[in-house]
Amino acid sequence: MNLSLQNLSLAAGTFHLELNVNLSGPVTGIFGPSGSGKTTLLEIVLGLRPAAQGRILFHDRLLLDTSKRIHVPVEQRGIGYVPQDLALFPHMNVRQNLRYGCRRDADGAGFTDIVELFEIGALLERPVTLLSGGEKQRIAFARALLASPRLLILDEPLASLDRTLKMKVIPYLRKIQEKFQVPMLYVSHSAEEIVSLCDEVLLLRAGRAAGLGKPSDLFRLSNEPRYVLRNTLASPDHGNTQV
Amino acid sequence: MPLSSAEWQVTWFSLCVAGLATLANLVPGIALAWLLAKKSWRGKSLVETAVALPLVMPPVATGLILLKLFGRHGLGGWLEQYAGLEIIFTWKAVLLAMSVMAFPLLVRSARVAFEMTNPRLEQVARTLGAGRLRVFFTISLPLAAKGIIAGTVLSFARALGEFGATFLVAGNIPGRTSVLSVAIYNEIQLGRDGHAFQLLGVSVFFAFLFLWLSEGLLRRQRNGL
Repeated sequence: MNLSLQNLSLAAGTFHLELNVNLSGPVTGIFGPSGSGKTTLLEIVLGLRPAAQGRILFHDRLLLDTSKRIHVPVEQRGIGYVPQDLALFPHMNVRQNLRYGCRRDADGAGFTDIVELFEIGALLERPVTLLSGGEKQRIAFARALLASPRLLILDEPLASLDRTLKMKVIPYLRKIQEKFQVPMLYVSHSAEEIVSLCDEVLLLRAGRAAGLGKPSDLFRLSNEPRYVLRNTLASPDHGNTQV
Repeated sequence: MPLSSAEWQVTWFSLCVAGLATLANLVPGIALAWLLAKKSWRGKSLVETAVALPLVMPPVATGLILLKLFGRHGLGGWLEQYAGLEIIFTWKAVLLAMSVMAFPLLVRSARVAFEMTNPRLEQVARTLGAGRLRVFFTISLPLAAKGIIAGTVLSFARALGEFGATFLVAGNIPGRTSVLSVAIYNEIQLGRDGHAFQLLGVSVFFAFLFLWLSEGLLRRQRNGL
């Protein structure tokens, strides 16, 4: 992945986002306390929120350049998105949800591969309102992947799951990366998820980059045992990060 | 006592014109409701207030405005001269009055329905490659459908019960502009209470039916059924 966020800025009330970083992934974790700008950053990358200034380049493709008034529309960015609430369409069944953005052959190899990968074949005709939390999670990942995204953004997708269910879903995320080689931005409050899934971490604090590097450079295993930020990076917010 | 043919004619005419008024309101009403619910734009609060005006103004006042606007000395004169379209004291005036009086109810219900849809669903649909129009027809509209249908039924009932504005712009010409509400008034004026009560029964029946339907749909929308 080569996602370049150049002089990106946004002011919303008392909150200011200012970033100038290059993310290389392939799985980049975005870590920070509530209000640090994680979701705002994702929304700018997705094109859902305008930035006041800056440029965004994904590989060689310009997605945003405020000085040239270039703003590629959301639907043309090719960025998949799985939000925290998953946002499955409640008036459609599982198959209709999966087909909504499907750029792969709707019933052919691509579709079947993904359905098999996430083990959701038996759920296809079921209304999404009748699915369990873990099933919804897998449908949301599958739906995003079926649109053949060039980049996948996951905004705390496991936040609503208990620890047991998280452990069941995490392998699917690894499978996505292994099988499809899709670069990912993975937002999480959980240091354990970041360490177990990401190759790189952007640490955000009050809208600014407070650190960028490998998870092992930013986190250490404490005695408890759980992962915490290394002392040089720890703030009152981060020192007791929940695992 | 069964309804006379004239009373059937009034009932049928009222239902038809109220239906036409509701249909005429549907596209602009839904479009405006969506704009009010989902977008921020200059002058939005002014438009919101103007649309709601017929709800709070005396219906005869709205009728008077329509009479002045579409009368011979207003837009109506121009329409008659250049398009041969006569409005005042024709069935088109009934349609106009009903549409104007019913429009705010449709817009308000549809607006609330659009506001209740989770914007995240529309955002995710766009990330899946859907343009704004596809998102509107496949996500926003189906999710707001129950509220919109409830508003449509409610505005139809309002159109059917319209009196003040209709009376002023269309009068009471039997067989041409006479609607249920105006006919009831006319029968009372002529001392034919029996006929008035028959028409009253028809009015109450339809008003009850459509309000009941509308409330049921709104309840389902609120409960997310």
